[in-house]
This record gives sequence, structure tokens and C-alpha cells, in this order.
Amino acid sequence: MTTAPPQTRVRLCALTDLVPERGAVALVDGLQVALVRTHDDVVHGIDNLDPYSGAHVIARGLVGTRGGVPTVISPMYKQVWDLRTGACLDGAGSDPVDLRTWPVAVVDGEVWIEPSSDEVTGSPFDRGVT
Amino acid sequence: MPETTTPTTGPQQLVIVGGGMVARRLVDALRARDDAGRWAVTLLCEEPRAPYDRVALTSYFTGRHPEDLALGGQELWDDPLVTLRRGVRAENIDRDARTVTTSTGQVLPYDSLVLATGSYAAVPPVPGKDLRGAFVYRTIDDVADLREFVETRREELDRPVRGAVVGGGLLGLEAAGALRALEVETTVVEFAPRLMPLQVDEGGGEGLKRLIEGLGVSVRTSTATSKIVGERGAVSRMRFSDGPSLDVDVVVFAVGVRPRDELAREAGLEIGERGGVVVDDACATADPAIHAIGEVACIGGRCLGLVAPGYTMAEIVADRLLGGAGTFPGADLSTKLKLLGVDVASFGDAFAQEPGSLEVVISDPVAGVYKKLVMSDDARTLRGGILVGDASAYSSLRPMVGRELGGDPAAYLLPEGAAAAPAGDLPDEAAVCSCNNVTAGEIRCAVGEGGCTDLAGVKACTLAGTSCGSCLPLVKKLVTSELAAAGVEVSSALCEHFEQSRAQLFDIVRVQGLRTFSEIIERHGTGRGCDICKPVIGSILASLGTGHILDGEQATLQDTNDHVMANLQKDGSYSVVPRIPGGEVTPEGLIAIGEVAREFGLYTKITGGQRIDLFGARMDQLPGIWRRLVDAGFESGHAYGKSLRTVKSCVGSTWCRFGVQDSVGLAIDLELRYRGLRSPHKIKLGVSGCARECAEARGKDVGIIATDKGWNLYVGGNGGFTPKHARLLAEDLDTETLVRTIDRFLMYYVRTADRLQRTAPWVEEHEGGLDAIRAVVMDDSLGIADDLDAAMAAHVGNYRDEWAATLADPDKLARFASFVNAPDAVDDSLAYVGERGQARPATPQERSDASVLIAGTTLEVRS
Ligand code: SRM
Ligand SMILES: Cc1cc2nc3c(=O)[nH]c(=O)nc-3n(C[C@H](O)[C@H](O)[C@H](O)COP(=O)(O)OP(=O)(O)OC[C@H]3O[C@@H](n4cnc5c(N)ncnc54)[C@H](O)[C@@H]3O)c2cc1C
Ligand code: SF4
Ligand code: FES
Repeated sequence: MTTAPPQTRVRLCALTDLVPERGAVALVDGLQVALVRTHDDVVHGIDNLDPYSGAHVIARGLVGTRGGVPTVISPMYKQVWDLRTGACLDGAGSDPVDLRTWPVAVVDGEVWIEPSSDEVTGSPFDRGVT
Repeated sequence: MPETTTPTTGPQQLVIVGGGMVARRLVDALRARDDAGRWAVTLLCEEPRAPYDRVALTSYFTGRHPEDLALGGQELWDDPLVTLRRGVRAENIDRDARTVTTSTGQVLPYDSLVLATGSYAAVPPVPGKDLRGAFVYRTIDDVADLREFVETRREELDRPVRGAVVGGGLLGLEAAGALRALEVETTVVEFAPRLMPLQVDEGGGEGLKRLIEGLGVSVRTSTATSKIVGERGAVSRMRFSDGPSLDVDVVVFAVGVRPRDELAREAGLEIGERGGVVVDDACATADPAIHAIGEVACIGGRCLGLVAPGYTMAEIVADRLLGGAGTFPGADLSTKLKLLGVDVASFGDAFAQEPGSLEVVISDPVAGVYKKLVMSDDARTLRGGILVGDASAYSSLRPMVGRELGGDPAAYLLPEGAAAAPAGDLPDEAAVCSCNNVTAGEIRCAVGEGGCTDLAGVKACTLAGTSCGSCLPLVKKLVTSELAAAGVEVSSALCEHFEQSRAQLFDIVRVQGLRTFSEIIERHGTGRGCDICKPVIGSILASLGTGHILDGEQATLQDTNDHVMANLQKDGSYSVVPRIPGGEVTPEGLIAIGEVAREFGLYTKITGGQRIDLFGARMDQLPGIWRRLVDAGFESGHAYGKSLRTVKSCVGSTWCRFGVQDSVGLAIDLELRYRGLRSPHKIKLGVSGCARECAEARGKDVGIIATDKGWNLYVGGNGGFTPKHARLLAEDLDTETLVRTIDRFLMYYVRTADRLQRTAPWVEEHEGGLDAIRAVVMDDSLGIADDLDAAMAAHVGNYRDEWAATLADPDKLARFASFVNAPDAVDDSLAYVGERGQARPATPQERSDASVLIAGTTLEVRS
């Protein structure tokens, strides 16, 4: 028996649509969320907007580990974030700026996201970081 | 009424007589320190060229051009406070009027005068010394004449030329090396009972003689030349005071030097007993306005024939001219040389002249090695030493002179002992680089306070290791241990995931035949990689020809540029650069590119690499753009890859009235040959059709310049952050040899360079430098040439255009979609405005003022 996911969740894609150790972008309520599938088939949801460049590119970054922590690295200026928490592990010479993460679940080979209403309002650009 | 004191408005005049190495150092030092512009310098050079590296003179015979001997860049001579007068001799000094008269009749006033006239090459008074075919060995013109004579004589005689060098010291052995490089059958004639009598002892001399004879150079010691016999005005035979005579066609005198002190003599300055301008330890003569430095100076009662003490004197005078009080600390006459490929070093009290010295000797006639350490009577303190055949311990031992060695001295003479020699415990005041007078403390300081983070930085900032290079191993060790002490990661480990260096990983992957990142990191690393090791492994796998860069797991190793085969721009869009080999493009090609740009609304610009860049493409547009380009006959230009970029060419003999070869044709062939070759960093080539060098080939990793006879090949050039001119690897090659040599050079670089190391630093850090690389790629000194050739042949044979292959593969194309849950949606975060008739990314202000936006890149621009 499979449990139906709660209504607030949104189905994004099949797990097989995501390439291991690479990101892809999902549009969630007009916002860009980077979905990153790590080698152990966990899928993480994290801001696609790179706060350092203002470009929507996080999903195109390299995926790896730092001291055992799963990471994504901005393709623009090489800052590093913890995929699980969004914590900036390396500001590459600038002050660390964390990213938001989203609860993402893989259920029966389907990838679901749970957008939290107050976090997704407004343009990410309004956060005033470039 | 005249004023009693003339206020000095402009700078004071400094005249330097002599444009040698030491003069150059003075100008350098003065310009570096004289921030206020107190001195304007005029340099009178009798030779027709700017000061050059006399120490490296012999490399002229291994294919170098005079300009390769240049010391430092042109910038110094462009300095408005520096006037360089080439081909102008100082004829006379008027000390009362404080003027110098030149050979061009000019009278130059000076506030301060520095004599840096160096030495004459001494010629012994033997009959026949002025015959055609008798040479000295001091200037570029001397060696150029020698070479020209030998080459002409070989043709006239139609047999190998025979030659002799009179003098078996340091210079004589240099000259013998030069003759051998000219394929002259060479004999060295030395008056003393052994070779290099001033530097090595009897045992060392014996070892040296054996080694040199082993190289096919005959040696006659204890032999005095009594006469040179001529035939039709040219050298033909040498007679000796005893022993059989010798048939020779060319004679080189290398018996020593004589200070060029004639100007000072005539000006009434004091001259030393054996010549030289007498100076005190501030390098000043009795006339307060006149200093003497370098070989012409008689300091502490003698003239010093090495460049290092000369450099010290130059620094002292620079200091004094600016009000300092520097004094000459005494000279270190240590030498390390590679003569005819034989290592020779002598340092400290090499002849154990200090009473109560002990000698530790290791002599291995079979291996051709002789090593001696001179120790204090308790065998603890190092006093000096001599190393012949293997001088690897020199750079570690020399700074230890006068200090306790610790442990059994003999251990330092074993090969492993050299490796384990000290560095960390070297006292700060120990001189590490004797050429440039740099102490261990100064190197540590450059790393610590100076903020240098690598060897190259320390070299640039302290000058250590920039002359003879013999101190480099020690400098490197000091830099490494200092960085380590400061907590900077200096192991050769690539990153936290791999302990190996790129070159080591390359070997491991190649030899073990590993083909996936997972395999490699599981066996040889930890974790899942990062932005450093992933692209490196991706590049290694691609260099080894493992198929398309986006095949399977390899796709996850590529950073975004390689992953979408385009260049990421600041706003998240990409640029597209089709290959235009050699810069040659048909009108149809240009129109096709223009149409694509117009259709997709791309900003268009001609690049610095002779091709066209199309900017502002969304990721999802890339396949459509490339479909059109591939159909029009274009292929990937790899502007995104660490791989061959462009082969720049000039128009060459096809059109240009000066061209001597078809540079465009060669450039295109080379670009098609090496396209797609993944490498440690990007690779750029250039081909010029004549020496005017319009393709700027010497600014490239591999530069080719056409000659009447073929092609000259230069390597190790780049622009960018630390510009470097490429250096000559080989001359007058035919096309086949040229291509084979480039094949090997590039493949060897691909296999052994560090991550993101371009060819110039790779050549520099390669053991033995350019000469060793030349030996590998031209003489197969490592026995790997066949392997390198095969690897390049495989690359050329397996090349496929990455973009055409991608367009044919639906799986690969799927990655270009903007959104995984909305494949047809377009990324609307990109915004553009018009400028000069084209689109450019909107600034944040323009974004908030939505009216100026022209939105997505597909909209036509209204300017
Ligand atoms: C487009 C172009 C400038 C132009 O509009 O003319 C360019 C653009 C970039 N160059 Fe360059 N370089 C371009 C010619 C050059 C040249 C001139 C040349 O090749 O004759 C040089 C100096 C020559 C040399 O490389 O030795 C040059 C030295 C660099 C360097 C410094 C390399 C170095 O060794 O210090 C970098 C940085 C790097 O590679 O790490 C760089 C990096 C870059 C990057 C890739 C920076 C980046 O990561 O975004 C730029 C983006 C390219 C793109 O298409 O988006 N670019 N760059 C030129 C492309 C030429 C081509 O057709 O491929
Ligand atoms: C083949 C060779 C190999 C060597 N190898 C080494 C080595 O390995 N290590 C080492 O330490 N040293 C070595 N030396 C010695 C080293 O080159 C010299 O010690 C050094 O060049 C001395 O520099 P200098 O500026 O005093 O004199 P020089 O380099 O001789 O320069 C003097 C310049 O002044 C010019 N000049 C003279 N009179 C006048 C005038 N009246 N007007 C204008 N110009 C004038 C001369 O033409 C000359 O160009 C080597 C020398 C040679 C020839
Ligand atoms: S010089 Fe700097 S700004 Fe110009 S293209 Fe090269 S990297 Fe970009
Ligand atoms: S000792 Fe010659 S360069 Fe340092």
C-alpha cells in the first residue's frame, strides 16, 4: 500500500528525470528551486538564485562533498553550500550568505516539494543581495 | 646677482659606463628604490645591445637567439628616467669638469659616475694568436663570429672541424661545450695539472677529466701552448712546450679575464696591483663622485670574476646614491655549474686552507662521482666542499657553511642525504641565493609578511633563483615549509578528496585503465569530489580519449561551461563560439553566423582569438543555435574547455609581400589536429609567416615563426596575468618534424602538468627546464616518444565534434531544458536592454525600471 502524499505537496518530476550528482530547476509558484540528486539518490531542494551574482544558476553547479557534507558549488564564483541546510560553507572570499532549502521527498520514484507559504512570497531579488 | 646655492630642481645625473650584467642590476635597483626620482640615469654600452645574460652565453649554441639572453623586460629602458645608449663607448673622463666624452663626441655631465666596464677576455702572448680562427669567448658577437667561422670552415674543408680550447677552467669548459654543440672535435688544453684548478682539488679534477673525456672531449693538462701555426692566414696547428702538436682549425682562448680599467687609469684613479679600479667597501674610489662595480672593481685587494658579488656591489651603490650606508660584506665565490652536462660545484673553503680541517671524501670513479666536504677539526662544522658529477646536495649544503651539520657528514654526500638535507632549521641570515644575495630570512619574510603563496611569487618578489637557478630546490623547500608552518595547504594533494597531484592521477588512471569517476575516487580518494577534482578527472578522462565528455558519469564532472558546451556569462546566459580555424572564414560562413545571431538576438563581437563570439544565449536555446551552426558547417570552438582554443595566424605568404611560408595553411592544419585536446589549462598556438610576427606567436603556448628554411618553434608563451614570451625550442624545422615536435610537447604537457598550470610555468618548474623538455621531445631522452606519438595519433583519429554528437543524442539534449517540471517554460529572469544596436544584460537599476527592458533575448533590438 502506498500513502498518498499530503495535499500541500506538489509533484515535480520522476526521480529518473534527475541525473545523479547534477541539478535541475523546478518552477514552484514562479520561483526557481534547484533540485539536486546526490549519488545516494537523496533529492535536495535549494534556491536556484545565486546571491553573489544575482543569476539563477545554482542548479548548474558541481555537486560533491566537503568533509562528508553533501554540497553544491556555484558555477559563477565558486561559493559552496551544504545541500541539507543551505548553510554557506565557503564564501570564496566574500561573506557567507546562506541559501533557503525546501523539504523535498521522493515517494515511489516521484519527487515532491512542500513549499512553505511565507517563504516563497516576493522575488528572491528583494533580499537585496547581489 | 648670481645665487650662491643653486636649488636642484631636476634630478641629478648618473652616468654608468658599461652595459653589462652588473650595470643593469644597478639601474634596476635604483629605479626600484628611487621613488622620488632623484637620479636620471644614462647607461653607455659599447656593445650594440642592451645588457644581456653573459652567464648564459653558451646557451646561444643550443639554438637560442640573442634576444633570449635579454635580462628582464623592455620596461626598464622605457622608463623616462633611464637613457640607454647602445653602441656608444666612453672615451674619456674629465674629473674636474665632471664630464664623460663618448665615442660619438658627446660630452655628458655627471653628478655621479659609475664604472661597470667589466673585463677583457685575456689572450696569452703566444705567436699566432691573431690568425683567422682564433677567438675569445666573452660577448654575443664573439660567439656569433665563432659559430659563423666554424660553419663556413666546415663547408670549405668538407670534413669535421677540429678545435682546441686554451684554458681548462670554468670558462674553458664552457667554451668546450660550445664547440661540441657546433660538432667540433674538441681538445681542452690546460696549463695547470688539473681542470678547473681554481675551483676543484686534485681528486675533483681527476673525476672531472674522466667525465669530460667520457663525453668525447680530449683533455691535455700540464700543457703550455707555445705557438699557433697558420696556413694561408688561418689557424692550422698548435705547438706545445712539450708533447706532440695538434692539428686544429679553430682555437678559443679562455685563459682568464683582465679588468677594463683603462678609463680609470687615464683619469688618474688608483689601480690595483693586478689591475682593477681600487674601491673601498662602499665601492667608492678616492674621487667621491666615482664608484666602480662588477668585475672592473678591485675590492678588498682583488677583482671578482663572478656575477653575484657584482650584483651586491650594484645594490650597495644604489643604496649609497640614495643616502644609504650599505657596505660590501665580502664575496661568496661558491660556484655550481653544469659544464657539458657535468655537474660541478665548489663552495666555502673548498681547498681546506683553514688549519685543522678534516676532509670527508667519497669517490666513485665508475659512476663518475667525486664529493668532498671540508669540516672543522671536530667534524661538526661545515667549512666547504667540492662536488663533481652529482651536485644535487649543493643548494642545501652551501648555506650551511660555517654551521654545524648535525649527524655524520658522509650522510650528506649520499644521494638520499642530499634529499634529506636541511631547510627548516636554516638560520635566517644564511644566504640561500648567492647570485641575488637572498637569505633564508628574506624568503621566509616574503612568504609570511609579503603574502607570497608560491614559488613563482617568491621568485618575483625576492629575485631568488632568477639567475643561475642552482638555489631553486632550496628556495622551493623553504617556501613549502614556511607555507606549511603558516597553515597553508602545500602538499601536492589536488584537494580534500585526492592526495595525489594531477600528474600522479593522470598516471594512475592511464596505467590502471580506470574509466569512471566513481572507480577512481573509490580506489584512490575519499568522498564524492568537488569543483577542483571533478573537472580534473573529467579532463584526464577526456585526454585519454574516453568518448564524449557528456557520456555517462563523465557529465557530472563537467562544470557548467563544459556541461552545456558554452561559456557562462554574468547573468546566467551563455556565449557561443564556433571554431574558425586560423581565423579564415568564408563570406558564406560569416553570413551564416550573422543570421544565427540575428535570429536568436545574440550580441556579436569579434574575439581576441580571431573568431566570433555570440553572447546572451539561454541554456535552452543552445541546441537550436548549434543545429543551425552545424548545418552551416561549423563545429565547437571549445571556448569553454581547458583545451585547444585557437591557432592564431597572420595572412602569410599567400598574400603578404613579406611572408616566407603559408602561415594560414599551417595554422588551420594545426588547429584541426589539436582541436578538442583536453589539457591542464587552455592551450593557444600562433603561426606567423615571417619574423615580423603579426600573429604574436611568441605570446602563445606554442608559437611558430616561418623562416626561409622552415619553421622556428617557440614554446611557453602566454598573455594574461603573467605575460611570458615563448622561448625557442628548435629552429628551421621542416613541417613534419615541426608537427611531431609539437605533438610530443603538447602530450607531454597534458600528462605531467599541474592543474591549471599553463605551459610557461610548467616549463619553468620542469626539472632541467626547457633544455630537459627539448631532450624529451626531440632526442627522446625518456624513451617515451613513441608513446606520446601514439597518444596524439589516437587523439587525432578519435576526434568528433562534441556539438554534432550532442545534437544526435536525445538524452544529452534533454539537459538543456530550463525547467524539469515545465519543459516549455522560458526562464524569464533574464533581461536585456539595447546598446549600440545590440542587446546587453540589464543592470539591477534597469531591471527595477521595467520600461527600458527589451526582455528576452529573442526580441529584436530597437536602437
Ligand atoms: C571572448 C574573449 C575576449 C574577447 O572578447 O576578445 C575572452 C573571454 C574570456 N576569457 Fe580570455 N578571452 C579571449 C581572449 C583571450 C586572450 C587573447 C588571445 O587568446 O589571443 C588572452 C591572453 C592570451 C593567453 O591566454 O595567454 C586571454 C586570457 C585569459 C585569461 C588569463 C590566462 C592566463 O594564463 O593568465 C583567463 C582566465 C583563465 O583562463 O583562467 C581568461 C578567461 C576568459 C573567460 C573565459 C572568463 C570567464 O571564465 O568567463 C572569458 C569568457 C569567454 C566567453 O566567451 O564568455 N582569458 N583571453 C576572447 C576569446 C578568444 C577566443 O576566440 O577564444
Ligand atoms: C661564458 C661565460 C660564462 C660565465 N659563467 C658564469 C657563471 O656561471 N657564474 C658567474 O657568477 N659568472 C659567470 N661568468 C662571469 C660573469 O659573466 C661576469 O662576472 C659578469 O658578466 C660581470 O659583469 P660586469 O657587468 O661587471 O661586466 P661585463 O658583463 O663584462 O660588462 C661590461 C660591459 O661594459 C662594456 N664596456 C667596457 N668598457 C666600456 C666603455 N668604455 N664604454 C662603454 N661600455 C664599455 C663592455 O662592452 C661590456 O658590455 C661567465 C662569463 C662568461 C663569459
Ligand atoms: S579581460 Fe577580463 S573582462 Fe575581458 S573577457 Fe577577459 S576575463 Fe572577461
Ligand atoms: S644562486 Fe644563482 S639564482 Fe640563486
